[in-house]
Amino acid sequence: MSNDHKTDIATTGIVEGDIVEFPLPPHHHRLTDTDPRAARRAERQVSTMFILSGLCIIAFIAAYIAIPETSYLNLGPAGTIQTSNFMLGLTFGLATLLIGIAAIHWAKKLMSDEEIVDYRHPVGSPQEDRDAAKAAFDAGVAESGFVERKMVRRTLLGALALFPLPLIVLLKDMGPLPGDSLRHTIWRKGSRIVIDVTGQPLRPEDMQVGSLVSASPADLKAIQEADGDQNARAKASIILVRMKPSDIVSEQGEGWSWNGILAFSKICTHVGCPIALYQQRTHHLLCPCHQSTFDLADSGKVVFGPAARAMPQLPITVDSEGFLVAQSDFQQPVGPSFWERA
Amino acid sequence: MSTVVDGVGKAIGRADDRAPISSLLKDNLRKVFPDHWSFMLGEIALYSFIILLLTGVYLTIWYQPSMQEVVYHGSYQPLVGIPMSEAYNSALHISFDVRGGLLIRQIHHWAALFFMAAMVVHMFRIFFTGAFRKPREFNWVIGGSMILIGLLEGFAGYSLPDDLLSGVGVRIVAGIIESIPVVGTYLLFFLFGGQYPGHDFIPRLYTFHVLLVPGILLASVGLHLVLIFYHKHTQYPGPGRTNDNVVGFPLFPVYTAKAGGFFFIVFGVTVLMAAFVTINPIWAYGPYVPDQVTAGSQPDWYIGFVDGALRAFPNWESENFLGHTWSWNILIPCVLMPGILVALLLSYPFLEAWITGDTREHHLLDRPRNAATRTALGAMAITFYGILVINGANDIVAQAFNLSINQLTWFTRIGVFVFPPLVFIATRRFCLGLQRRDRDLLMHGRESGQILRLPHGEFIEIHTPISDDEKAVILAKRDIAPIEAPPATDENGIATPGLRAKKWRAKLSNAYFGENVKRPTLAEIEAAEHHHHDEVAHEIDVLHEAGAPIPSELTD
Repeated sequence: MSNDHKTDIATTGIVEGDIVEFPLPPHHHRLTDTDPRAARRAERQVSTMFILSGLCIIAFIAAYIAIPETSYLNLGPAGTIQTSNFMLGLTFGLATLLIGIAAIHWAKKLMSDEEIVDYRHPVGSPQEDRDAAKAAFDAGVAESGFVERKMVRRTLLGALALFPLPLIVLLKDMGPLPGDSLRHTIWRKGSRIVIDVTGQPLRPEDMQVGSLVSASPADLKAIQEADGDQNARAKASIILVRMKPSDIVSEQGEGWSWNGILAFSKICTHVGCPIALYQQRTHHLLCPCHQSTFDLADSGKVVFGPAARAMPQLPITVDSEGFLVAQSDFQQPVGPSFWERA
Repeated sequence: MSTVVDGVGKAIGRADDRAPISSLLKDNLRKVFPDHWSFMLGEIALYSFIILLLTGVYLTIWYQPSMQEVVYHGSYQPLVGIPMSEAYNSALHISFDVRGGLLIRQIHHWAALFFMAAMVVHMFRIFFTGAFRKPREFNWVIGGSMILIGLLEGFAGYSLPDDLLSGVGVRIVAGIIESIPVVGTYLLFFLFGGQYPGHDFIPRLYTFHVLLVPGILLASVGLHLVLIFYHKHTQYPGPGRTNDNVVGFPLFPVYTAKAGGFFFIVFGVTVLMAAFVTINPIWAYGPYVPDQVTAGSQPDWYIGFVDGALRAFPNWESENFLGHTWSWNILIPCVLMPGILVALLLSYPFLEAWITGDTREHHLLDRPRNAATRTALGAMAITFYGILVINGANDIVAQAFNLSINQLTWFTRIGVFVFPPLVFIATRRFCLGLQRRDRDLLMHGRESGQILRLPHGEFIEIHTPISDDEKAVILAKRDIAPIEAPPATDENGIATPGLRAKKWRAKLSNAYFGENVKRPTLAEIEAAEHHHHDEVAHEIDVLHEAGAPIPSELTD
């Protein structure tokens, strides 16, 4: 029995129980320690694994040269797999694994397994070192005059406080200021509504009751090419649905639909996922990301999930040639909420 | 001596003339590390990180961090002729037209998942064994920060291929940034170089992913390891193991072979996973287009808890409060909740030390049962986290188990508050029960299951004493008394400064330790042993008198 070392014991709360120390249990020799034949067997096993590893590397190089990227391996129910990926991974993986297993087998069977004991020392520096460090620091402080020369100290702190500002100011040109760009999309009065995939303009008779079409403004492609980005698309995408006019409970504005055809933003008001999961019987629109559910027959209002605001409705009508067009831009910002939205 | 060993010796000699290598080797070559499987969890994280660095370098050779639109002409037929970003085009090129490129990509992704998982499980080990206690608090903070940084790094890497799945992830993050009060909109415009998605985000994310964050991680890993080396590894209680020593095997040769070998095993398993199990098949998702989405979108698992919280949170928003829009439905689950979680995680060692008043150095690990409240807090945190992770895949869960997604969401909304406290209570009782059992084992030995009927009809069960190895483990427990609240005034009638905080501390300390089962003192154990001896002697006497055979269990 011996005492626990008490170098750093709090004055409050600690109850030191009786400390009992048990000696290390006696060491048991392994078969490889006592039987030279077992040791030689283990040595052979380790070496065999190293040799197999080397062979796998040669197989890897052969596979790299021989197997074209375009070859595929059918693994039945497990699916189809790129042959080169399979063979390169198999050979390289085995080569690596074998080195690891061999090294550990070597350590476990042939290296000494007698536990050794090392003693710990208190982690902190000894008191004389602490005193010496403090003395050195104090001497430096005294020589610098940091304490007495108040003016130097204060102006130094002031200068250092201002110093990082350029690093922050320089970040300003990372992007333009938002301005009112989040409030508008490229929809204009009379923008033709085209099918997103084909770019075909739509007539009301192209849509059956219960159908949903992903659509965009006719000039989207040209704007996108001019801007060289997808910013316009990220806000202007809409979905068109057609329901029986008698099913419509309410709309966000009077006369915003055309014979049961309603247009809504496709960008979720929660965090901006595009939505196109539509249940035609209930007129519910479900966001696949976070399951916000909107009732398109009732002003696109939220009926379930984390979104707070209704899907913005785009007022539409039909132009003189019989094509569906927008009456105007959206009457509210589309997509997620933002600080200045209110 | 072989020529190789001789050569190494000569090289060290020459190097030593220029730097004091021998002094360094003398102290450290035979440094002792203890053996336990749970000490390898951190190693898995370290090795996965090395694999990530290696494979990451390969990927940078072919990857193009550009959002410029190009038309695909590679060898994956279904996408030929489709416009896409250069980033996605190059990720496809790596997957289909660079030999072994897909393998490297899949190793990189699997290693990233292993890296995060190993760090988290390693953290559980550190937490439940109390390895974060003095003097290792700083290493806990470094480790916890690495998990957070690793999460951001993983998300950045996941987003770089610019496929439809990861692009939607970026869209969601943009939406989260927009919800931040005052600066959110500006932050979005600065990060994306304008409106979402712009054409700057991928190149900027790339620099973040391959330069800034790996640099920070590498420095953190280095510091983490230096501190482990300096503190010497903790060890589990057992015979011969004390708070003042470390029992195990030397760094050279045993751990050079074992830990070195384990690197190859982790690497090998990761490569085989990459060979056999497809991960993130970006070609199946298609290029990112801001108005398309895949159903069943899932983030990588380590993002799951934030996404799960975002899915479950009620739709609270103040559309116009003080002239501004407050998106509580995004702000609380995605900014506030993770922020509080990280703050609690990083400050836990300091909170616990404050509550327990324990300022000793700890090198001997706690058995989780002996720190019942800590273990219960950990189980509670894991339950909270786990429910959110599952809810992050609520659409998949609903489909797989044929459940209503609305009911599942409500289950999470309620369960995330109900289950963690229940788990806390159950775990704490469970730990206290185990403490009581340990006490019984020490005092009375193990129930052998052998029932003996004495001649006068009494039934007794023979108890066999536990081994010294078991005793060493149980007796390593140190009891700490709860802190008592100081009196309101001292003997001179002067009010105790900071009385309220001290009272709180005493209350918390009592709650923390209150029901702990005291480890028996040596005197108590001795008394119990005497009693046991007397009892056995009495039983032998009784049997002897009756002329009955004496079972060997009694005389041993």
